[in-house]
Amino acid sequence: MNLETIAIILGGLTIGSALMVIISKHPVRSVLYLVLTFFMISANYILMNAQFIAIVNIIVYAGAIMVLFLFVLMLLNLSRENEPKSSIMVKLSAVIAGGTLFTVFIAALKDGVAVAATTATDADSIGLVESLGRLLFTKYVLPFEMSSVLFIAAMVGAVLLAKREKQIIE
Amino acid sequence: MVLATIFQNGVSIEFYIVLSTILFVIGMIGVMIRRNAIILLMCIELMLNAVNLLMVAFSTYFGQADGQIFVFFIMVVAAAEATVGLSILVMAYRNLRTTDVSIFNKLKG
Repeated sequence: MNLETIAIILGGLTIGSALMVIISKHPVRSVLYLVLTFFMISANYILMNAQFIAIVNIIVYAGAIMVLFLFVLMLLNLSRENEPKSSIMVKLSAVIAGGTLFTVFIAALKDGVAVAATTATDADSIGLVESLGRLLFTKYVLPFEMSSVLFIAAMVGAVLLAKREKQIIE
Repeated sequence: MVLATIFQNGVSIEFYIVLSTILFVIGMIGVMIRRNAIILLMCIELMLNAVNLLMVAFSTYFGQADGQIFVFFIMVVAAAEATVGLSILVMAYRNLRTTDVSIFNKLKG
């Protein structure tokens, strides 16, 4: 089995599990299909030699963010199917709008000029921790430090918002 | 272990452009047809991941690591966004006892 076949199978599985996220009625099932989608996307990253991003994707998305979603579903007790259905007109117009956007994006490709892939021999190792870490702490060190400020702001905001209002007033 | 990139083995970049466009459109349709606010946040994560996939594809295609650094920053922003969004949602649920987005129309003028 060559790499092209593997890429096509993985792409099909990714699209299938992403479709199941928006089709399945049960919110917990949606979360689990989204975790599956993230694993498929990580497999695509590994296929593209982006090992560090693949591992970070699994740890951050499937490990942290999705667990957060599951905890909120548990706290709000939304695991039953109580979601009101959208009307068939809304669904139809959403699919038509999405299909139109897809057509526009793909039609924009038609006039694109193809640029050849890189043939550099050291291009295979750019996705490893060594090269990414070197770039992150030299060229992109300022955005890297700024993201810690963003995280502190998000943490303070989340704690403040999730507190009971009674405690805020006192 | 490092293999030769798949773009030197017959897979074209158009394959990943189409794949990530389809993922983005699926996320967008999900935002429009679902009414549970948690599912809406999940569809936004799906759209962010579609963009990440395209960025990694082009980063590998051109042999430059800058795109993967940007994917890293997008993940940072997505984590912060999910945290704040979910805590807003928990607070709204406490006041309104629902996560249906069609109920959240109190800001409408």
